[in-house]
Amino acid sequence: MNAVSRYFKSLLLLELWQGLGVTLRYFFRPKFTINYPEEKTPKSPRFRGLHALRRYPNGEERCIACKLCEAVCPALAITIDSTQREDGTRRTTRYDIDLFKCIYCGFCEESCPVDSIVLTDVHEFHFEEREESVVNKAQLLALGDRYEEQIASNRRQDAAYR
Amino acid sequence: MSTEMETAAIETVSIEVDGVALEAPKGAMIIEVTDKAGIEIPRFCYHPKLSIAANCRMCLVDVEKMPKPVPACATPVMDGMKVYTTSRRAIDAQHGVMEFLLINHPLDCPICDQGGECELQDQAMGYGRSVSRFVERKRVVKDKNVGPLIQTEMTRCIHCTRCVRFLDEIAGTNELGGVGRGDRLEISTCVENSIDSELSGNVIDLCPVGALTNKPFRFQARAWELMARPSIALHDGVGSHLYHHTRRGKVLRTVPRENNTLNETWLTDRDRWSPEGLCSDDRVLEPQVKKDGVWKTVSWDEAVETVVSILKEAGEDVGMLMSPSSANEELFLGQALMRGLGSGNIDHRLRQSDFSDDAMSPVVPQFEMPVAELDRVNAVLLVGCNPRHEAPIVGHRVRQAWRNGAAVAAYNPVDWDFHFDTGLDAICAPQDQVSSLAALAAAVAKLSGKEPPESVQGIVNEARPGEDQDTLARRLAEAENALVLFGQSAQAHGQAAMLRALSRFIASASSSAFNELAAGGNARGAWLSGAVPHRGPAGSAATAGKNAQQMLEQPLNAYVLWGIEPGFDIANPARAVQALRSAAKVVVVASHAASGLYEMGDVILPLAPQPESEGSMINVDGAVLSWAAAATPQGQARSGWKILRRLGGELGLDDFRQASLAELQSDMQVAVAQQPMEPSRVSLSVDSSAGGGLYRIGDVPIYAVDALCRRAEPLQKTVHAANDWLGLNAVDAERLGLNEGARASVSQGGESAEFEVRISERVPQGGAWLRSATCTTRKLGPAFGPIEVEVA
Repeated sequence: MNAVSRYFKSLLLLELWQGLGVTLRYFFRPKFTINYPEEKTPKSPRFRGLHALRRYPNGEERCIACKLCEAVCPALAITIDSTQREDGTRRTTRYDIDLFKCIYCGFCEESCPVDSIVLTDVHEFHFEEREESVVNKAQLLALGDRYEEQIASNRRQDAAYR
Repeated sequence: MSTEMETAAIETVSIEVDGVALEAPKGAMIIEVTDKAGIEIPRFCYHPKLSIAANCRMCLVDVEKMPKPVPACATPVMDGMKVYTTSRRAIDAQHGVMEFLLINHPLDCPICDQGGECELQDQAMGYGRSVSRFVERKRVVKDKNVGPLIQTEMTRCIHCTRCVRFLDEIAGTNELGGVGRGDRLEISTCVENSIDSELSGNVIDLCPVGALTNKPFRFQARAWELMARPSIALHDGVGSHLYHHTRRGKVLRTVPRENNTLNETWLTDRDRWSPEGLCSDDRVLEPQVKKDGVWKTVSWDEAVETVVSILKEAGEDVGMLMSPSSANEELFLGQALMRGLGSGNIDHRLRQSDFSDDAMSPVVPQFEMPVAELDRVNAVLLVGCNPRHEAPIVGHRVRQAWRNGAAVAAYNPVDWDFHFDTGLDAICAPQDQVSSLAALAAAVAKLSGKEPPESVQGIVNEARPGEDQDTLARRLAEAENALVLFGQSAQAHGQAAMLRALSRFIASASSSAFNELAAGGNARGAWLSGAVPHRGPAGSAATAGKNAQQMLEQPLNAYVLWGIEPGFDIANPARAVQALRSAAKVVVVASHAASGLYEMGDVILPLAPQPESEGSMINVDGAVLSWAAAATPQGQARSGWKILRRLGGELGLDDFRQASLAELQSDMQVAVAQQPMEPSRVSLSVDSSAGGGLYRIGDVPIYAVDALCRRAEPLQKTVHAANDWLGLNAVDAERLGLNEGARASVSQGGESAEFEVRISERVPQGGAWLRSATCTTRKLGPAFGPIEVEVA
């Protein structure tokens, strides 16, 4: 019995018709495909993309060189040198992130006591030279300045769940 | 004393801690017993080397039958006592104390340098609440400026008073104290003073929080980034154990390494901050050769070739002056190089000017009583010795002896500021020191009935001891443990041999120990390695040559300067500079070179200073202490033994084939096993040429002992580094018509300089206190010698 029904199923290409039926069903349904980069999917405010160093509204950099991010980084992607600035405050003289080493886990952001280092929702970035993968303090601060509005609004949205 | 200790050891009591039965010596505190047994009790104010204050209350434990929790650090054990460190009551008490401590402690751990190595942080993890219940305003305390070494952040202070007790008990300067009561208590210096103790850096290690931190190291790195490299201090002969904390091959800070026979848990400021000089601007980074009066950077090969041709040309007419703070390996190979060239002209005793007792000196400078026992002496005689500055750890031990009741007498050229009291002193100008010491020797001879040795017999028999000398002689003879400490000012004295012979006689006739505190970090190693002109390794017979003084008085064709700066490291800088300028060729091997060395040198080879090179030293106790390189040598600098081995190899000398440091050290083992020469008798003569004029007292300031130290910026900002002034007795000043603050013109050996006058009772009549190794005195003549002073 079994052998007979299998013989007819394969002879009549039953499974193939079933598969084509699925194709036909989806052919008439609305499309999922997004025309990237003209169209983009929405992102969670918790999205972890490119790093940035933030400033306070008065323009002062937030980072106080506590080095917790450097210590917590599981990929050892962060390198910090610190010193005493002329005004006596504790500041970094070097803040490098190797984006090739970084695994975008977001631990640096979690550990930061002053919300200075953040992962923005920028995921579209590239390098043309190998050494560009290491971003320095000036670049990170510039990123922070550029995306501050977005960073702040993402943090605001997520604040209730933290 | 030993029987006392034995009985104390026998008397033990049994106690029970957390159900574990323990035996404890009677009278011990609970915390000492639990520490030994490895049971953890939190604490802030307790420190095994300091007195018990019991003011932090963190160590509260529960003791059966006691109505309240008691502090473990201040509760002596009693037989049958049952202690619970983790009972509900103990834990509650500890939690309560922690909450109160955190009430006024700022939440600034991210910017605090103590973060990551903070006792409060650690213990708050174990005993603190996760959220504070305190919503009122926190206390804020104004910071104090206590000098260039220690950074304060007094808001963080938890009033454990460890720093206060340290400066009171160990450093002996009482520079910090508590002002106010309750939550208004502030730890403060006395009216805006700085902390100037030579051991001040230890309060940084003692502070359990970030109230006192290392100022030069401020905000440089976190504890977890640093590699701790064990090493040895080479700035005095004690050989203090320490750790260099390095990051990416650079020394960032230095902390003590515990060693109970030497530095205990302390470290002197000199050892702690000298590595700051490693990155000075005048570090020698590449080999350089002077061609037609112009300095050119060359390769090591070319530089070595030049040096080899200089040495070959000079032949026997060459002399080597080595720093007494060099490693054994350098000193051993240095003397082998000179003797291989057929010249015995090698010396490390650069600050000495009297060598007449060389033939009768022992193999190494005597240090009969080890450092660990110094705090148990009952009577001390200081001869030309400022232990506080020469070797602060020895000074600390002498102070501990004094605290335990020892009497100290000083036979010094200056009444130095000690952290202990002295009595029956003889503070007299250098020209009178021999006669004053001879009077004491005569008193000792009279009391003991012992004949002084031939070399000093004449002067001792002539001397007429006074009442003071008789009392002091009796004190030394009656003391169970007496000590004669022969210091660097006595060694640098124009009649050092006489002073040494007299002191040695005083020590032997009064059955005291004789300890000579030789200048430099590795003097004992230098003597044993054979870096002296009259003897080879271990005092064996070897090619004899000129000593440091003769080399400069009877100029040679060529010189090798090893890790020294002639203006600063030599007894008579004016003559040294003159001799070196007139020499045909001068080879400089140095880690740092100021303009002077470039002027007189022909070749400069970059030497890696101690934290960047490996080697060993022999401390005053005779222990061989070796270290590995803590940091990477800067530029093209190389370890000294490698430079010498290469030079010796290129010159085709024997004994220069070592492939490794271990091989070299085993060669040295063989060399020092040689039979020493028999010391011969020498007759010493009294030099009475000083006349009635002023005599210079040119002791070396604490932070000017070697090139590295002189470049450590934080140390050079302290009060101990401002030494360009002339100290005069009021009587002499009046005779010369000089007032306090006036400008005086000083001339010595054809050179003159101007100094500000300070009138001080510390300076004896006939003496002129003008220290050596400063920027102005580097042009002058002998550190201890006649000097002319007049109104500028």
